[in-house]
Amino acid sequence: MILTNVKRILKAGFFNFWRNGFVSLSSVLVMTITLLAIGAVIFMGVILNTSLSEIKSKVGVNVYFVTTATENEVLGLKTELEALPEVDEVFYTSRDEALAQFKARHADNEITLQVLGELDENPLGASLAVRAKDPTQYQLIAQFVQDKNILSSNGIPIVDKVNYTDKAVIIERLTKVISSTEKLSVIVTLVLVIVSILITLNTVRLAIYTSREEISVMKLVGASSGYIQGPFIVTGVMYGLIAGCISLTLLYPFTYWLGGLTQDFFVGLNVFNYYLAHFGQIFFIIMSSGVVIGAISSFIGTKRYLDL
Amino acid sequence: MIYFDKVSKIYADKSIALKDITFSIEPKEFVTIVGHSGAGKTTLLKMILAEEKPSEGSVFFESTNINSLRKHQINMYRRRIGVVFQDFRLLPNKTVYENIAFAMEAAGRNDEEIESDVPHVLELVDLEHKIWNFPRELSGGERQRVAIARAIVNQPDVVIADEPTGNLDPISTYDVVQVFKKINDLGTMILLTTHNKGVVDALGGRVITMEGGTILRDDPKGGYVL
Repeated sequence: MILTNVKRILKAGFFNFWRNGFVSLSSVLVMTITLLAIGAVIFMGVILNTSLSEIKSKVGVNVYFVTTATENEVLGLKTELEALPEVDEVFYTSRDEALAQFKARHADNEITLQVLGELDENPLGASLAVRAKDPTQYQLIAQFVQDKNILSSNGIPIVDKVNYTDKAVIIERLTKVISSTEKLSVIVTLVLVIVSILITLNTVRLAIYTSREEISVMKLVGASSGYIQGPFIVTGVMYGLIAGCISLTLLYPFTYWLGGLTQDFFVGLNVFNYYLAHFGQIFFIIMSSGVVIGAISSFIGTKRYLDL
Repeated sequence: MIYFDKVSKIYADKSIALKDITFSIEPKEFVTIVGHSGAGKTTLLKMILAEEKPSEGSVFFESTNINSLRKHQINMYRRRIGVVFQDFRLLPNKTVYENIAFAMEAAGRNDEEIESDVPHVLELVDLEHKIWNFPRELSGGERQRVAIARAIVNQPDVVIADEPTGNLDPISTYDVVQVFKKINDLGTMILLTTHNKGVVDALGGRVITMEGGTILRDDPKGGYVL
């Protein structure tokens, strides 16, 4: 009997959808907009997060050493820095590596390379790139290195330059900008999503409002509440599924079009590639949002006509 | 079988719909209720359907007090009553077949029963050729006969009809009255309200006349007197 009921409810839900063609169409369209808003939230979040971590990874304290500093002295400071609780990672660039990087950077600049070739010795010193766990802590780390003032065996300070001070202002500003952008975009998108969910709810309720007479007739022939609500919920879920498919299809050209734009503007994230790479996740989020919103709207929409 | 015991209904705005009504209806009886608009006919029927609760007194169906039923018991109880309305109230997005099948599905009948009973009951109201039409494709009289078919398909103990001929022309009215007579002959209690003198006279059964929420007259073989 339960199986028969489920079958009947599914069938009735499908017929509801099909025979109320225009109402279904408008509900699907409104829900598509809601789901696109949810999709926009996903992409917005990803873009901001990648930008933030990219920028964070680009700032850091660079400690440059004099050419006479030995590798052991440099590595000794590295170990000390790594022991600090504020420090996330320390990258060591040896003198040879620095030279190789320099050469690679100026590969198409003959004169510079020629000048470099004239020199007997590698003019570049080793360096340490320090990354903090939190951008606000760079000042502390820079201070720490400067205060140490390590001297080499022959009495000369091995640290040539700590370049935090150059970036301090930028780091602080970026941190502020990013966090306020993040807050603002979360608020804006949340409002957008809530508004579109309310519109969807209202559209579905309106669709059910046209059926209120039917619901009262169903009550009077003795149908149980579940048996009356079931088909409406099935119809709502169908709105969600179809709107989900439309949204996912629309996101393809949207992200393709925006892909190049975001790649140039935001640090190298191409939303189109992201969309393709995370299709499974996005599919799941959009589809389940559609299904849940559809089902809940129908449930709420029918509820008020059931209390006879 | 249906018994009203000192029933009164006073709405929230203090208007009195029913005043101290007591009467009973036996199984297989055909009862016509007549009266002006606002006499309390519809309220009376709504009480039998458990749509309205009496302010005082109680309504019994067999030995059950209808007002003490719980929600799911009301669903079960309503399956024993067939209802016909003045405005038909068919489900507009379902075919004639599906409209009748819906009442059977709601009552938990299986597919085989539905497939065999629906054409049968449509034959009874002489509409077997319209089985796949939608209500909008039918005339008023045909729609009302579909509504009657829906009301009787679960073999209810009672059929309640609230002004079933109110929207119909004389010929359709005659058809509908004949259908009700046929159903009554098959052993179902029928409770019908009407304004139509012709209908009352054609039926010639028990007539309850109401006015201002009270029973003015209850004639076992009455006519239309107002």
